[in-house]
Amino acid sequence: MTNLLEAQDLCKRFGGVVALDRLDLAVAPNEILGLIGPNGSGKTTFFNVVTGIYRPDAGRVLFENVDITHAAPRTVYNAGIARTFQRSRLSLPLSIFDNIMIGNHKRLNQGLWFNLMRRHSFKAEFEQGYRAARALLEVFEPALAERMFEPAAGLPMIDRRRIEICRALISEPKLLLLDEPSAGMTHEETAELMKDILQVRDRNRNLTIVIVEHEMGVIERITDRCVVLNFGRKIAEGPYRQVAADGQVQVAYLGVAS
Amino acid sequence: MGGTHQKLRAPLFPGLAALVLASGYVTALLAAEQQRTIIALLGIGIAGVVAAAWLGLLDPVNRSFADREDALGALGIVATLAVGAYFHEDHFVLLLLVTVLLYTVATLGLNIQFGYAGVLNFAGASFFGIGAYTSAVLNTYTAVPHLIVLLIGGVLAGLIGSLLLLPVLRTRGHYAAVVTIAFALLLKTFLEVNDVLGGPQGMQVPGMNILGWSFNSSFSLGPVSLSFYMNYFLLSLVLLVVVFILSRRLERSWIGLNLDALRLDETAASCFGVNIARWKITAFVLGNFLIGVAGALFGMVGGFVAPNNYTFADSLILVSILLLGGIGNPWGLVVATVIVVVVPEKLQTIQEYRFLLYAALVIAVLLFRPEGLLPRPVRRYFPGWRP
Repeated sequence: MTNLLEAQDLCKRFGGVVALDRLDLAVAPNEILGLIGPNGSGKTTFFNVVTGIYRPDAGRVLFENVDITHAAPRTVYNAGIARTFQRSRLSLPLSIFDNIMIGNHKRLNQGLWFNLMRRHSFKAEFEQGYRAARALLEVFEPALAERMFEPAAGLPMIDRRRIEICRALISEPKLLLLDEPSAGMTHEETAELMKDILQVRDRNRNLTIVIVEHEMGVIERITDRCVVLNFGRKIAEGPYRQVAADGQVQVAYLGVAS
Repeated sequence: MGGTHQKLRAPLFPGLAALVLASGYVTALLAAEQQRTIIALLGIGIAGVVAAAWLGLLDPVNRSFADREDALGALGIVATLAVGAYFHEDHFVLLLLVTVLLYTVATLGLNIQFGYAGVLNFAGASFFGIGAYTSAVLNTYTAVPHLIVLLIGGVLAGLIGSLLLLPVLRTRGHYAAVVTIAFALLLKTFLEVNDVLGGPQGMQVPGMNILGWSFNSSFSLGPVSLSFYMNYFLLSLVLLVVVFILSRRLERSWIGLNLDALRLDETAASCFGVNIARWKITAFVLGNFLIGVAGALFGMVGGFVAPNNYTFADSLILVSILLLGGIGNPWGLVVATVIVVVVPEKLQTIQEYRFLLYAALVIAVLLFRPEGLLPRPVRRYFPGWRP
């Protein structure tokens, strides 16, 4: 079976700091892959390189066997990769609906003439988008679905995360990159959010997920496989239990003295 | 607001009442001659708005404008026509009204650039001037139909503005603003040394003429004689209505959403497929086009163009209208333009100090109401639409 995403020999340096050091990483279709490692081990850098925000210094990234190493972020998105950000990056003055629809960009008609002059067709597309956004939001929090035209500012962290995840999911991507979805939330909120994400995945079996997470409980429960990074290198790979038992991983990350 | 959405459309009445009061007030202000009356009226106006805000009367007005925009917009046109009709013989007041209408068109263009795309343009008056100079040259030397001249003025403003695209796309925020300031200075210098365009003395602009109908001659409807500015007033109103509707549609579309998304977070927007360069260019060129069209018509109204009419100070006035009215809210721009254009003209005592007044006003707004007099509400794609 071919891999959905494949990073080969990926290097990224920031001045003297090596953020990714000849990283080889493969993501199989339909799996949930946990990406773990201490702070500064290159997890977010990996996401930024894959999504085209950073250019790697060496190596390649393949998505469905197509080279996307030097693709712009919007090309990566159009190919079917969507992400969330470690620190919430919603557009707070905009409504909940607007924030979700930003993620639906590739399925919306962006023509000037269509948007300005063909208001009837636009309205049909708008209503279709509204129904899709609402259906998705209802999985996460039905109460939010009633407040779609209120600004995102003023919502608690968990609601912002939910909206961010809806924004990433609305275009039905093939690969979802979740960057620390539990940051700033309680254990209970995190558990609820994960349950909802899995529920979306149950509906759409083609969704592959890579998740960066520091809550090992979450990683243990939802991932099929884990990759452990340290100083930009892969130091272990395998199911969580196996990885967690690895001596190198325990020293680097789980806080066990050697 | 709140968990339960009002399922009913907001009533028309509060908006209608506000519209009637506002047009009555503006008429009274325009008609007042004595400085003492004018100062009293201004005091009443400010006190009235503050009291209405304090009593919570402005919220129903806002809701009614949000839900019934089409009806209130149509009534707004009627109200403007009524004000114009009241002053049908008064050259001075009609010229003032034309100035308000065309400045509003220009600030709507600026609003697309800054309010939506976040590109700050401190050369608004320069693009206005490019439109006016286009009228001067084409009306003097060619037989191009004058309505087409308006379009050409816009196209030229858009094209010449494209020279700035590279620096505007490569810089962000304040740096892009500095680039536009440099452009404004360059253009003024260019106009001053260019003899073909009249140099520092400027040029005459022949008035508008549509199919033999000369806008610069008075006419009468039956027994009522009208100022020749009435022609320009009506045409400017048509222009404003068209531009208002188009810019409203732009905001309430996926394009408006793209522009907001890239203004608020370029990285996140590009991660969701927004082509940053394409939409910044669209907004910048479209904005300059609208400013150019307004300028082309304004040139014909004034009958005269000179480099000194389109200075950096005039660009600042346009930007201050934007800040005052509420960035991103076209209704706010209408209100702010009326204040910024009409008040100094009527208050002869402060003529010399009007820039001081603008400065004080903008500082006060930024301090006490940073989002402007009428802050922009969240996007409603279709007024009154309910799921």
